[in-house]
Amino acid sequence: MRRERIVDVLVVGAGPAGLATAAGLAAAGAGEVEVVDRDQQAGGAARYCAHGGFGRLRLTGPQYAERCVAAAVGAGAVLRTGVTVTGSPDALTLDTTGPRGLERITARAVVLATGARERPRGARLVPGTRPAGVFTTGEVQRAVHGHRQRIGIRAVVVGAEPVSFAALDLLRSAGVEVAALVTEHPHHQAPRGRAAGARLLRGVPLLTDATVTELLGHGRLSGVRLRHRDGRTAHLACDTVVFTGDFVPDHELARHSGVPLDPGTRGPAVDSAFRTAERGVFAVGNVLHAAEPARVVAREGAAASAAVRRYLFDGDWPSASVPLRVTAPLAWIAPNRLTPDEPGDSGDGFTLRITEFVARPTLVITQDGRTLYRARRRRQAIPNRSLRIPGSWAGRVDARGGAVRIALGTGGG
Amino acid sequence: MTPAKSAGRVTRHGTVPDTTYDVTVIGAGVVGAAIARELARRPGLDVALVDASNDVGEGTSKGNTAILHTGFDAVPGSLESRLVREGQRLLTAYATESGIPVEPVGALLVAWDEEQLAALPGLLDKADRNGYDQARIIGPEEVRAREPHLGPGARGALDVPGESIICPWTTTLAYATQAVRAGVDLHLNCRVSQAGRRGGRHELTTSRGTLRTRYLVNAAGLHADTVDRLLGHDDFTVTPRRGQLIVFDKFARGLLTHILLPVPTALGKGVLVAPTVYGNVLLGPTAEDLDDKTATGTSAEGIAALREKGRRVLPELLDEEVTAVYAGLRAATEHDDYRISAHKEQRYVTVGGIRSTGLTASLAIAAHVTELLATTGLDLAEPGDLAPVRMPNLGEAFPRPYQRADLIAADPAYGTVVCHCERVTHGEIRDALASTVPPASPDGLRRRTRARGGRCQGFYCGDAVRQLFERGGNFERGGGSVSG
Ligand SMILES: Cc1cc2nc3c(=O)[nH]c(=O)nc-3n(C[C@H](O)[C@H](O)[C@H](O)COP(=O)(O)OP(=O)(O)OC[C@H]3O[C@@H](n4cnc5c(N)ncnc54)[C@H](O)[C@@H]3O)c2cc1C
Ligand SMILES: Cc1cc2nc3c(=O)[nH]c(=O)nc-3n(C[C@H](O)[C@H](O)[C@H](O)COP(=O)(O)OP(=O)(O)OC[C@H]3O[C@@H](n4cnc5c(N)ncnc54)[C@H](O)[C@@H]3O)c2cc1C
Repeated sequence: MRRERIVDVLVVGAGPAGLATAAGLAAAGAGEVEVVDRDQQAGGAARYCAHGGFGRLRLTGPQYAERCVAAAVGAGAVLRTGVTVTGSPDALTLDTTGPRGLERITARAVVLATGARERPRGARLVPGTRPAGVFTTGEVQRAVHGHRQRIGIRAVVVGAEPVSFAALDLLRSAGVEVAALVTEHPHHQAPRGRAAGARLLRGVPLLTDATVTELLGHGRLSGVRLRHRDGRTAHLACDTVVFTGDFVPDHELARHSGVPLDPGTRGPAVDSAFRTAERGVFAVGNVLHAAEPARVVAREGAAASAAVRRYLFDGDWPSASVPLRVTAPLAWIAPNRLTPDEPGDSGDGFTLRITEFVARPTLVITQDGRTLYRARRRRQAIPNRSLRIPGSWAGRVDARGGAVRIALGTGGG
Repeated sequence: MTPAKSAGRVTRHGTVPDTTYDVTVIGAGVVGAAIARELARRPGLDVALVDASNDVGEGTSKGNTAILHTGFDAVPGSLESRLVREGQRLLTAYATESGIPVEPVGALLVAWDEEQLAALPGLLDKADRNGYDQARIIGPEEVRAREPHLGPGARGALDVPGESIICPWTTTLAYATQAVRAGVDLHLNCRVSQAGRRGGRHELTTSRGTLRTRYLVNAAGLHADTVDRLLGHDDFTVTPRRGQLIVFDKFARGLLTHILLPVPTALGKGVLVAPTVYGNVLLGPTAEDLDDKTATGTSAEGIAALREKGRRVLPELLDEEVTAVYAGLRAATEHDDYRISAHKEQRYVTVGGIRSTGLTASLAIAAHVTELLATTGLDLAEPGDLAPVRMPNLGEAFPRPYQRADLIAADPAYGTVVCHCERVTHGEIRDALASTVPPASPDGLRRRTRARGGRCQGFYCGDAVRQLFERGGNFERGGGSVSG
């Protein structure tokens, strides 16, 4: 039978975002704050990123994760791992499974911080056979750091964004030769030094304007076929392929809870106070915008904890909000709803993604034909990298108006 | 009455035993495994089941559309028609007894234009001639009421309430498990490459040495013609007919309630959209005649064609994520029926051309083949009852271990989720690794538990599942895990 319990705040996901939210709430005395995670250990995706560069102190991922855990537990949050949230009879009641049995936990506020994952081969519709040796970066990270498993001998990395280069380093540290990085884009999307290092210092070729069109081999992968944009095809022999990037929010629980998603991010639609459309349900971290660095989601967690606290205190939940809609080549914006006249709504600004390289783009934000913001950016916009814009214009949005549109304009700003 | 014999051996390497089996079945697909199980019911027989692969069900049997057919659309009067009809009844009962998930969702054959609509009465009549009398034609309003997410333009449908969905993996596994427990030897990694005769016995040259047997059954699926030629017969040629399929995410499952079939054309049964017992939605299969019996890859054209068809039937389907794409090869022949024949003088039965209905018909094929073996001279005792098997439930419509407080209280390993997308627990993985026919690869483990078969395809759990597989189930990471 299911044990039933009540807590003040239930945070689902003990990654940097959920832990920062819980730490903020517990420290402020927001009552009983509980964090559950299905993993056996807390810390989220950061725990598997052995490389440095996390947070202000440039810690390794595991060190950073440990600090997040210590902060939440130190502040008084209750942390339970090995506990999976399996469903949600209503948005503020969640069912869990763990070795100690089944529970049904009802909370005054629920925070979804379930993170993101990389799209695997099937979701990318890559044809071919189904051999062993096909991975995502996340799986390779866990295999190498968690279990020191053997990955393979010679790998092709699909993608050339920052996480792809992390995969490259990881594979090499695990003794795997990397035959090439393959990107459908005309350039890599990583910081210049990072890409040059891979190519010049390590001799790993970068194949641009190219897609993997087929996986080959029975039992174990034997190679991949590529097609260049100009129609040329090639065959690369390898026993391993790692599909990197193409992150998608882990929105399962959000959908089960009936929380509407944003069509662009595929994560819960939230306003700048991390409120979803379901009363009392907040969402924070990579479930909103796969995938941002850990320090970004931790900052969101701190902001979200203030918003949750306000809600616990006054119980107010705005009934109306205005959606934000992007136009191609913009892919999405997060947060993606606006609740005008609410405290905290200009928030920390907005994060956007674009699907192609655009030199010095002009961003234009309008509502019902009225321009709210227009600015020319000095830098090139790069796919798979974030663009950020401030939230200063949000105050001018008409609460009763139509959707706010974000597009690329022409000319200077 | 249970045959008084100890369990058979499951071997994957070394030379095959130096004994003479009474009957050897070549091919441990769903058909061969069903035949071995049926023979195991006859006391006193020494039976071997051999397969070239490292696991049971590694051929066509692992990659189909998983429908338990009524046979309403078979060729009336054919052997296939009879065996599908009988097989459906037998397998439905067997599944209930063994815990193999079956959901009687029913099928709608949707007509999208006048011509297809005009074909429905003929199909209704065909169903009748196949002994299936529950089909009826329904109008567009009823179609829409029953499947509100259907694309625009459905003109009517043939309602076939008896069509069901089933788990093909545990079906093959249940047969093999029961056969082995009743004394059948299962030899895997054992490819038959030559067949000779000596002293009235078959001498099979296999990749693991010579195997001797008095009677022989060829259930080699795509290779049944090759094996048949080893015995000197040239009655049919198998043409692999590829079927590519797309598995959609579980979030798509709410979009339909029935199996949605197209109205068949001269080219075959066409592309269907069907729920799976695992809670996903399948779109497929294509039908492409090839000449390579190993061509189980998918193609860009195939995937694109399927998506095109799927968009018409269920537009919202295309908005959902894809979990996997795969392909299976049907064993088509130049004939319009199964090719099952006995060769009395050779004490040999060929089971060929079990095209696109072999899962459904498997138990009936097994009974039929056993009768044929009797006509070639095999002495058969009265059939006994086998000790029932209870397969792990892989179906979403029935309680899975992670949902069962009683199981978790008795053994916390059933509360430790390892594969998050499919909610597979440590207890289930441990049990599969310790089972009568244990998996030989992480993929084999997936077909026994669903572990690593979900939307993340291993992003979260791939390493943990591989680790468990390699350690044979000893799991040390936290949570109330129990080894054994
Ligand atoms: C491959 C990869 C490389 C990265 N490299 C870097 C880097 O170099 N630098 C950097 O700053 N950032 C990096 N990041 C990003 C960083 O790890 C993330 O920003 C951060 O971990 C996101 O935090 P989060 O809390 O939003 O989600 P996550 O860390 O993903 O945490 C989500 C948690 O939710 C849990 N969960 C999900 N569903 C359920 C459920 N139903 N029940 C219970 N628990 C659940 C999960 O187990 C998980 O622990 C990388 C991420 C990945 C995946
Ligand atoms: C796309 C598709 C969809 C289908 N949909 C359905 C459906 O919905 N419902 C249904 O009832 N049926 C369906 N089928 C048909 C069903 O899957 C097959 O009829 C059935 O699996 C055939 O089983 P089998 O045992 O004859 O063949 P297989 O499973 O192929 O088994 C033959 C075995 O023989 C072994 N073998 C071959 N040669 C040798 C040798 N020389 N030595 C040793 N071993 C050898 C192979 O390794 C293999 O394991 C479908 C098939 C396909 C391809």
